[in-house]
Amino acid sequence: MIVELSFGVAAAVLLAYALVCAIRLGIGPTAADRAVALDTINTLVVAIMVLVGAAFDLMIILDVALVYALLSFVGTLYIARYLEEGLK
Amino acid sequence: MSALIYAFLAIGAVFNGLGAVALLRFPDVYTRIHGATKCTTFGSIFSILAVVVHGAVRGGGDGIGMVIRAALALVFLLLTNPTGSHALARAAHRAGIKPFQAVVDRLEERK
Amino acid sequence: MRRVAQIAATFALAFLVYLVLTIPSGPLGLWSLDELLAGAVISFLVALVSYRLLWERGGGRLLQPWRWVLFLVYLLGPFFLAMAKANLDVAYRVITGRIRPGIVRFNPGLRTDAGRTFLANSITLTPGTLTLEVDEATGDFYVHWINVRNVDPTPEEVCGPFPKWAKVVAE
Repeated sequence: MIVELSFGVAAAVLLAYALVCAIRLGIGPTAADRAVALDTINTLVVAIMVLVGAAFDLMIILDVALVYALLSFVGTLYIARYLEEGLK
Repeated sequence: MSALIYAFLAIGAVFNGLGAVALLRFPDVYTRIHGATKCTTFGSIFSILAVVVHGAVRGGGDGIGMVIRAALALVFLLLTNPTGSHALARAAHRAGIKPFQAVVDRLEERK
Repeated sequence: MRRVAQIAATFALAFLVYLVLTIPSGPLGLWSLDELLAGAVISFLVALVSYRLLWERGGGRLLQPWRWVLFLVYLLGPFFLAMAKANLDVAYRVITGRIRPGIVRFNPGLRTDAGRTFLANSITLTPGTLTLEVDEATGDFYVHWINVRNVDPTPEEVCGPFPKWAKVVAE
């Protein structure tokens, strides 16, 4: 089906963006820059998972995306708390 | 209806790309948070809306399940993304990172 | 007695969310007994842990239905427009590199946690602003502004009509 194919293409495009963000994850001068890059990648991964679930018609991946969204949020909060302590 | 899906996917791809470029181009951590948070939240909302429309068009048990899950993922992103970026920005400021070329810094003056 | 009522209400909410999430596991609208039992146990544990978070400091006011209607109106109207504008603004600044950043302070006069969270999240997603810190005692907002026009701004200059919306919807 052409619609499913378009979901797959969109997921591939977002994956390319996530790789672009990974550049900032690698070079980012401070730890905070890396954390921001990771947070951005997390958002993109949630969108990618939802798109892949629609493309391959796998409901389980949508469930994984929900759990991933919440866990990555908790992870971001913990990284932020860790940065606040002054460990760079 | 599929035209709507393609339009949403295209908008999502454009704005997510803008977020990735902003993350690379901006000069310091605060401006990077600006670009990355606004653009990826907006772009991802449209990408997920495309899936919501797809599930609604298909209907049936699976279609409704897809709509509920995608809509919940959308709500989570909308609620958690700004909160997470706010936590990161505050942590960056407390860790002593100065905003680039700032004309004023009221938070620094408070301490 | 009050605490029991609060736990019961939290349990009902959690159980409702569980039921909505598991609809597609069977034929529409039918849950198996196992599913219902597991959901009840999990919802009860969640309610025990989290009822304080929900009801403390006036959070229960968020369950009034007319607030949800107003919230939807806000999401689809002014908030969506501001978000679209914010993205075009970021595009403009990425291309031209024209920024004049700074951290400003203003006081929107919100008292509850819910109202402050609402406004802080709205500010982060709307044009050119990012909430850095909220002073719990005084209610001062510290906002990173990408294009400072005024060093001591009023709330309206930074975020337009959003403080009024925050007051009506969440406070």
